[in-house]
Amino acid sequence: MKSLRFLIPLGIFLTLVVFLGVGLHRDPREVPSPLIGKPAPAFALTRLDDPAQTVRRDDMLGKVWMLNVWASWCVACREEQPLMVEFARQKLLPIYGLDYKDERPAAMKWLSSFGNPYDVSLFDQEGRVGIDFGVYGVPETFIIDRQGVIRFKQIGPVTPDVIRDTIEPLVRQLNG
Amino acid sequence: MAKWLTFLGLVFGLCVSQTWAKEAAPAADDPVLESRMLHITAELRCLVCQNQTIADSHADLAVDLRRQVREMLQQGQTDQQVVDYMTARYGDFILYRPPFKAITALLWVGPGAMVLCGLGALVLILRRRNQLPDDRFEVDEAEPDEPAKGQPADRV
Repeated sequence: MKSLRFLIPLGIFLTLVVFLGVGLHRDPREVPSPLIGKPAPAFALTRLDDPAQTVRRDDMLGKVWMLNVWASWCVACREEQPLMVEFARQKLLPIYGLDYKDERPAAMKWLSSFGNPYDVSLFDQEGRVGIDFGVYGVPETFIIDRQGVIRFKQIGPVTPDVIRDTIEPLVRQLNG
Repeated sequence: MAKWLTFLGLVFGLCVSQTWAKEAAPAADDPVLESRMLHITAELRCLVCQNQTIADSHADLAVDLRRQVREMLQQGQTDQQVVDYMTARYGDFILYRPPFKAITALLWVGPGAMVLCGLGALVLILRRRNQLPDDRFEVDEAEPDEPAKGQPADRV
């Protein structure tokens, strides 16, 4: 036993290496959202394409739906858009866009050039609904269940892996 | 002529800088409220640029959140209500001083515990060395004239 004591510093060193290694591979931008498992914040926003029509949170009760936060000034949204368009073709669930801190003409133009996967886009010019949803890194994606509870949040662009491994199974389970 | 132009240029420069100074002033209709707002936001992390406070940051989100805090204070909400509002949306991560919880216990207790462990180990080692027989220590050979340690002078 005593002869193994020289291994103690090595053990401490390896523990440190493991901690630092794990720390290096975690993305500090991915902050766990306190909103998961909580009801989606109430909102009443006009449609991007029609300022006369208002959509409220409670209009969406009874449906499993996706809220995808985007903006015409958001570069990462451009990367994400083809994937969202492809995902929307499956018609797995209604996809609503939240056009965050944007201008209507720029946003409409952006949708026509990069593709429009959204059933409806909601227009949040001042970003107040964004604050209620805890948005800080556009694009962000939420899955909200029939009771209006947020079940999933993705910060930053969704990837094919996230859609296949997380979003699709979750939506099937919520709809099942 | 050239002198006049310089003069005009200087006057124009002064006017411009004054306008800028006006634009840069904070929304200080109510200095007390503004200082409360800055006090609260100095404790909140800007999530876009995580090493800055919301009070310091120029990020769009920080500007919006400062506006939000200002409005909430105008409505007569307490500092605690504002902080609760922020943590409900962005989590404890937004607080530069996270609350003491099971999940943050290691964060708060860890450094102190490590110091205690180190001190404990030091005390243990020193005590053990104190109890070792003298012949376990090397004789100090640098000064051969003096009686070596562990050999009382009267025995020589």
